[in-house]
Amino acid sequence: MSVSLMSAAIRPALRKQVFAPVASMARSFNTSAPTHMASTNPSPPDNTPAKKEPMYKTFEIYRWNPDTPAEKPTLQEYKVDLNACGPMILDALIKIKNEMDPTLTFRRSCREGICGSCAMNIEGGNTLACLARIDRNVSKPVKIYPLPNMHIVKDLVPDLTNFYKQYKSIEPYLKQKTGPPEGKENLQSIEDRKKLDGLYECILCACCSTSCPSYWWNQDEYLGPAVLMQAYRWMADSRDQFGRERRDKLQDKYSIYRCHTIMNCAKTCPKGLNPGRAIAQIKKDMAFD
Amino acid sequence: MFATRAVNSIVAQNVARTALFKNASAVPTGIRAFRATPSTMEQSPDAESELLRQQRLVRPKSPHLTIYQPQLTWLMSGFHRITGCAVGAGFYVGALSYLALPALGYNFDTSAIVASVASLPVVAKVGIKTTVAFPFVFHCLNGVRHLIWDTGRFLTVDGVYKTGYAVLGSSAAITLYLASL
Repeated sequence: MSVSLMSAAIRPALRKQVFAPVASMARSFNTSAPTHMASTNPSPPDNTPAKKEPMYKTFEIYRWNPDTPAEKPTLQEYKVDLNACGPMILDALIKIKNEMDPTLTFRRSCREGICGSCAMNIEGGNTLACLARIDRNVSKPVKIYPLPNMHIVKDLVPDLTNFYKQYKSIEPYLKQKTGPPEGKENLQSIEDRKKLDGLYECILCACCSTSCPSYWWNQDEYLGPAVLMQAYRWMADSRDQFGRERRDKLQDKYSIYRCHTIMNCAKTCPKGLNPGRAIAQIKKDMAFD
Repeated sequence: MFATRAVNSIVAQNVARTALFKNASAVPTGIRAFRATPSTMEQSPDAESELLRQQRLVRPKSPHLTIYQPQLTWLMSGFHRITGCAVGAGFYVGALSYLALPALGYNFDTSAIVASVASLPVVAKVGIKTTVAFPFVFHCLNGVRHLIWDTGRFLTVDGVYKTGYAVLGSSAAITLYLASL
């Protein structure tokens, strides 16, 4: 007992010493200093052509600060020179945060539409800020809100706890009754694999769920398009053996049947997917179960 | 420092179970101070969710219907529901008054309705017919659109818009025909 206790206590310390040089080496290879994380404008070389005339566009951005919770959310205006800014809405947001107002808060990560962090309501439609181009028409301001009808943590950051809980509730992983044949691997035909196209590409940005009026009104009970499409993704998988049970779990008034085929989901999906059709497919399968 | 911390935390976890350090002077003197974390600093899933719960009470809801772009998808869906309610309410009110009003002494039978409508000017006739016919026709045709969707057909953005315009166009045409009768 005492031996194992002591060795367990010492081991982390040893590990620290052994790997400390490796860690510092890794740091020296890392070219991006934390202060430059949000930068899009590396300083241009000296031989750049003469600067273009500034072209100011107004951005009206939803603001709410949890430190002063009594104050109502407001729209704050920022003027951004489009000729000194990247082409996408996210570039403008980063520019505002870097150069004008560091308190502006939003999520962002990959800037190429694969992480789903920068989902927000731009010009009235839900999309990813990194995939939305800035309209070059400067006479019209662009309005940016957080995802609709969500609790706001700060500014453009919605609370997605419920959304993730709902995703967890559909058990988004392979479930089998009998293991793979011969205990080796799960084989799948090309045709069966094709059934997952248009389903597996979802990045769970929550654009579709928060565009759905049914989800606005019944967020606690209705699962919403994103989660239901992932539920169908596992029902449609030829390797999964719990399709029937998965469907049975949705057999109540709210989980799936609050979908009224409004189709805002497919209209808004920044990845061009179609949750509405997947939900219709589940309903059809449930009717024939 | 890390070594001390590791020992401390392990001692802290095992202090009740193990007699290892009971009498030994090897126990670092800082252990009690280290364990005496103020209760406000408690870090457990429960404490965390309590904090979250309190925060949620003050968090505002982001705007929705008022800021969302008007799109054929949700506008037609909303209109389908409104017309459904209106047609249903109209049907019940009409049918019930047909039953109840004569008993209450009012003259509300078929011949009386026909006579009162016939005495109206043409503009009023066409106006009333249009306001009654359009919600009914729209709701019928859009209902058929929903039935087609339930079979899995036309469930693409393109299909939704094409069928949507088809429903709007044909309800306008049929309404005009009904109003001209």
